[in-house]
Amino acid sequence: MIGPGAQTLSLDRQTPTASGLARLVAEAEVGGEPPEDEIPLYAPRRKIYPQSVRGKFRTVKWAVLGVTLAIYYLLPFVRWDRGPSAPDQAVLIDFSSRRFYFFFIEIWPQEVYYLTGLLILAAIALFLMNAVAGRVWCGYLCPQTVWTDLFFAIERLCEGDRREHMQRDGRKWSVETYARKGVKHFLWLMVAWWTGGAWVLYFADAPTLVKDLATGQAPFMAYLWIGILTFTTYTLAGHMREQVCLYMCPWPRIQAALTDEYALNVTYRYDRGEPRCSAKKADALHALGKPAGDCVDCLQCVHVCPTGVDIRGGANLGCIQCGICIDACDAVMTKLGRATGLIAFDTDLNIKQRIEGKQPFFKLLRMRTILYAAVIVIAGGIMVFTLATRNSEGISVIHDRNPMFVRMSDGALRNGYTIRIVNKQLKYREFMIAVDGLPSTIVDYVGLPPRNDGRQLVAVGPDQTHEVRVVVTDYSTTPPAPSTTILFRLMDVNSGEVAEMRDHFFGP
Amino acid sequence: MADENKEIDAVTGTATTGHEWDGIRELNTPLPRWWLWTFYACIVWAVGYWVLYPTWPLLTSSTQGVLGYHTRTAVVEDLNALKVLRGPMMDKLTSAPVSTIVNDPQLLDFARAQGRVAFADNCAACHGAGGGGAKGYPNLNDDDWLWGGKLADIEQTIRHGARNGDDNAHIGNMPAFGRDNILKAPEISAVADYVRSLSGLSTEKGADAALGKKVFADNCALCHGPEGKGNRELGAPNLTDKIWLYSPAKEVIMEGIRNGRGGVMPAWEGRLSEPTIKALTVYVYSFGGGEK
Repeated sequence: MIGPGAQTLSLDRQTPTASGLARLVAEAEVGGEPPEDEIPLYAPRRKIYPQSVRGKFRTVKWAVLGVTLAIYYLLPFVRWDRGPSAPDQAVLIDFSSRRFYFFFIEIWPQEVYYLTGLLILAAIALFLMNAVAGRVWCGYLCPQTVWTDLFFAIERLCEGDRREHMQRDGRKWSVETYARKGVKHFLWLMVAWWTGGAWVLYFADAPTLVKDLATGQAPFMAYLWIGILTFTTYTLAGHMREQVCLYMCPWPRIQAALTDEYALNVTYRYDRGEPRCSAKKADALHALGKPAGDCVDCLQCVHVCPTGVDIRGGANLGCIQCGICIDACDAVMTKLGRATGLIAFDTDLNIKQRIEGKQPFFKLLRMRTILYAAVIVIAGGIMVFTLATRNSEGISVIHDRNPMFVRMSDGALRNGYTIRIVNKQLKYREFMIAVDGLPSTIVDYVGLPPRNDGRQLVAVGPDQTHEVRVVVTDYSTTPPAPSTTILFRLMDVNSGEVAEMRDHFFGP
Repeated sequence: MADENKEIDAVTGTATTGHEWDGIRELNTPLPRWWLWTFYACIVWAVGYWVLYPTWPLLTSSTQGVLGYHTRTAVVEDLNALKVLRGPMMDKLTSAPVSTIVNDPQLLDFARAQGRVAFADNCAACHGAGGGGAKGYPNLNDDDWLWGGKLADIEQTIRHGARNGDDNAHIGNMPAFGRDNILKAPEISAVADYVRSLSGLSTEKGADAALGKKVFADNCALCHGPEGKGNRELGAPNLTDKIWLYSPAKEVIMEGIRNGRGGVMPAWEGRLSEPTIKALTVYVYSFGGGEK
């Protein structure tokens, strides 16, 4: 079993200092406690103080954070006009009317397979991301990462950057320390509270609910869910942080089974970095014609890491592939006047290529990526096709269970059916039902008065279903078979759109 | 943990449990301490239940919990909430005559839904779950009605029933022609054959058609009509159609003539609420056999 504490994923690699690095990582994980005689049952947690950093990956991460949070917080307020009989909120999960609205799409509960399709797409997209560039989902898009990053920023704002924060925590806490921590927790709670608040807005008309929430008139459920989401956001993003990734989340484990040697991962190029030594010593070694690595062991990559990983230990279960360490290392390398990219999105395979003096390469088109892309295209295509061609009317038929058939006084046979007509359009429609499959039948709608022209039409309101009881009487002179397959044809009398459903006509 | 198990895995730096399967060793990864605290928190949470809800069994009852929650009172509350929800439609159902109900699609749907439940509770025992009837219990789906199939007729029958002692109940029995020595055995046989012939069924070889016709005219026509078309005032069935309350078999017809018939239906007025009776009326009417 590879447990969460087992930080290093043993990919097929040999570094000169593999075991030494591993020990370093292990010590970092258990807070540098020396191994005791007794194996501890519970591991203490080492607080992580990630240092702020600037660079291209950090910029991308800020941008992704901004965009995703903006979508999350603002999307409920986007309006989408659907006419008077439907809500005008672009994205709305309407539990009481059992509808899901997404811009121009409206999903009924029986169409939940679209959600299944969406989940399949999401899963395969995640696989594809993983096959191309490792756990970039974890590093950039996962809500846990996004909110934790935001909470880190608030923490740095209140308590200062890594060094200042650590020093203040190490000293006896002063009034200022308490004040700073108090402000931090208050801001955290505000963000968490607004996160919960945005959540409930997806389930009701947002402007109305905001007003009701403010005036205390919103349903208890809304307050409860805000409370739950406030609690989870505050706990997971403020307090649990990397523990979620290390212990709770199954994805790092699944990812290990989905990756391969060609996937780009945040990689310490040990071919270039080892042996580590200070810049001065490196100059001395170079002068002697001895090998010296570019890594100056400044630990910047470790200090900026949000999960407390030392990437120099190799591909790592704790690494979320955010690339922040790349920015930190590049900054140091630039200062030293050395080439950047000592840590980079790369593969172990390329490191070996370089050691052997061969050209590094990146193989994007592989069976794995092609298949994932194909599945995405096919599944997406099927979804778009079914969505574009889906009927806006439907019919379901239930034959009477008892009695199966009725003998009329003149000897004719009659079967009863309960028919539910579905009108998915946002307008009032009128339908006619016809039956095929029996030579001479009369279809009668129970309790439906005929129109002036003698026709019996079933009216179904916009975006509604309507149930009618229909009796079909067979007047043919020859006795019908014990069971005859018949076809109910539902027709919109104005547009001519048709929906059909098969059923049976029973006789003795 | 025994000391001999304490072996440090070279790759991870983590101790192993000492278990080994085909060279694969199990790492002994310690749980994070917050996990332990979460576990304790769950226990505390459970204690909260003991205080708030009925929990511990006592000799004759159980601890009641400070919330005063009880599943039975919760059900009563839910039912009351449902009554309030149904209130407006229920009021309409109570005040509107049945003829109005069937012409209001919304009210008709409501009445049929109510009627379905009431039918299953009160009527299905005799008439069958779908009103399909049984021997001696009329099928309510067809167009043959003993006491009339118009809305008002059905309502009257549900309210007062038949042959049950209610002042307004339908009355009219079929006499026991055989047991009371009104008809002799050959006459009963002959008239049974005659009755079968009325709806085009085969008669026994050598049946005395003339005798049958005479016996019918003298004894049966009073209630069933000279042509056997029946009489709804008396609940006398139409003998010329294809529907038989008991059976078209000659033996069964003769049994009826010998011993008489007189199925009883209870009066439901007073037992069922006003809207329930109306809902049942509409529900039975909408089985498909209701007459205009």
